[in-house]
Amino acid sequence: MSGKYVYHSSIWKEEPEKDNPFATKTAYCHGYDVYGDVLKKASWFEYLYLMFKGDKPSVQQAMLLEKLAITLANPGPREASVRAAMNGGVAGSRNAASLMAALAVGAGQYGGGHEVFIAVNAWETFGTDLNAWQQFLSNPNQGYEEDIWLPIEHAPGFEPNGESFPLTLRLTLEHLAEISPGSALRWLLNQREALELHVGYPLAMSGIAAAAFHDLGIGSHQASMLFLMLRLPGAAAHALEQRELGWKTFPYYGDSITLKNDPGSSATPNVSEFNL
Amino acid sequence: MSNHQLLENENKLETAMGKAYLCERVVMRGKDLHHELGGYDWLRFYLFSITGREFSEAQLTILNFFWVATSYPDSSIWPNHVAALSGSARSTASLSLSAGMAVSEASVYGRRPDRKALDFFYRTGVALKSGETLEHFVESELKERKRIYGYGRPLASIDERIPHTLTLLRELGLEKGNHLNIALDVYRYLKKTRGLSMNIAALYSAVAADIGLTLEEYQQFMTPAFIGGMVPCYQDGRDKPEGSFFPVRCENIVYGGQAVRDW
Repeated sequence: MSGKYVYHSSIWKEEPEKDNPFATKTAYCHGYDVYGDVLKKASWFEYLYLMFKGDKPSVQQAMLLEKLAITLANPGPREASVRAAMNGGVAGSRNAASLMAALAVGAGQYGGGHEVFIAVNAWETFGTDLNAWQQFLSNPNQGYEEDIWLPIEHAPGFEPNGESFPLTLRLTLEHLAEISPGSALRWLLNQREALELHVGYPLAMSGIAAAAFHDLGIGSHQASMLFLMLRLPGAAAHALEQRELGWKTFPYYGDSITLKNDPGSSATPNVSEFNL
Repeated sequence: MSNHQLLENENKLETAMGKAYLCERVVMRGKDLHHELGGYDWLRFYLFSITGREFSEAQLTILNFFWVATSYPDSSIWPNHVAALSGSARSTASLSLSAGMAVSEASVYGRRPDRKALDFFYRTGVALKSGETLEHFVESELKERKRIYGYGRPLASIDERIPHTLTLLRELGLEKGNHLNIALDVYRYLKKTRGLSMNIAALYSAVAADIGLTLEEYQQFMTPAFIGGMVPCYQDGRDKPEGSFFPVRCENIVYGGQAVRDW
């Protein structure tokens, strides 16, 4: 080993080219030759699962991850993280900035990555115990300690602004439950109405995603990361779309903002000598 | 609950925070941005934007020092390393600095310890006022929460900022603050009982408590605190040959996973 500094990994191993210690001849992901073997034989979602979980997925696991990715890929331009990305795209911000905006906004506790994090932790704690879930959903901040994450303001995995369970989510839950190799999604499908009745509002995509991640054996940090990543395609596509459409057709909300403490106009400085 | 909050707010935002009347004027927290706030220096303005309050010259001086004294232009420090890598990879200045600032909301340094330490001092102040002893409160805290943020420091045992901060506090007449004294008493107790050092998160948070910043206000104030140190690191990475910021050989990934296997 010639360099002074090393990175430890149980995921990734590289072998160098003979003429350059910084060029990769062979790269292994959890023991599989990525460019010599995985590239030819694996699907993207098999490879993604391998990277996070350390082993090849079963056919069912790969299918569930892929179908989950389809349901998450584009929350649509009304959704906060996509809107954030569009605000980058419309004004010609860097593409990375649009994705960073989507990640920051989409990381939150209302429909975002941290809500999924909380919900996956709950799956690990409560499993399919309906009574335990109901107690948790009634008081999700029990044991909360001061943190950069504020106390969550609603039952994790549910939509406090919802009226009923939307068809898009119904179709998502039914299909994912049908193909899942685990029991969480099927339990959620069966107990959804009881949980919604208890909570007072409908299940959300974050709740479905958390159950799917739990069925895949994916922990809360991994789930949070994957949830953030898997929602980026829609953010990217809509940011690029707005870049093309331009700002003239993009909403500007200024007319709808009302000040409660407007001090009123003051005289504008006289700069007539500049002939503006 | 229902969608009534969405329906009520669909086309309106009533706020006391501010508004830009483009081509005319701008209002922030009830003050005309250009007429009333245009003469502020930036730190005072930033604190006004966070809190809507004014601060004394001594308070502004020490809060300014927080930012200056934590801006270490050393690219081995994690957020600076991000900025330097970004420069070395020829990303843009704004992306690089934003990324460095985002990772500063970390757990072993930066915003999480800042916030947790401030919370600790506020809770300790209340407990002591109600008659609890410091020793008992600290022991309870360690039993219940396992650690006290602001005491002990990763990678180093002495925090070089502390003597400078204490000196400036004394010069400014701020050295008698209740929470500052609590911070020092906690340090003496933890040093005696556990050999722990105090890091700057404890001292800064205690001063923030004496100034009266809330947890949210303090986190928002400290969010850009490292950026002055990031900029030189970004520039250094950008100015050196592409990809040459501490390059890593293939063999310097120390692998400890599965043996080679066929798909």
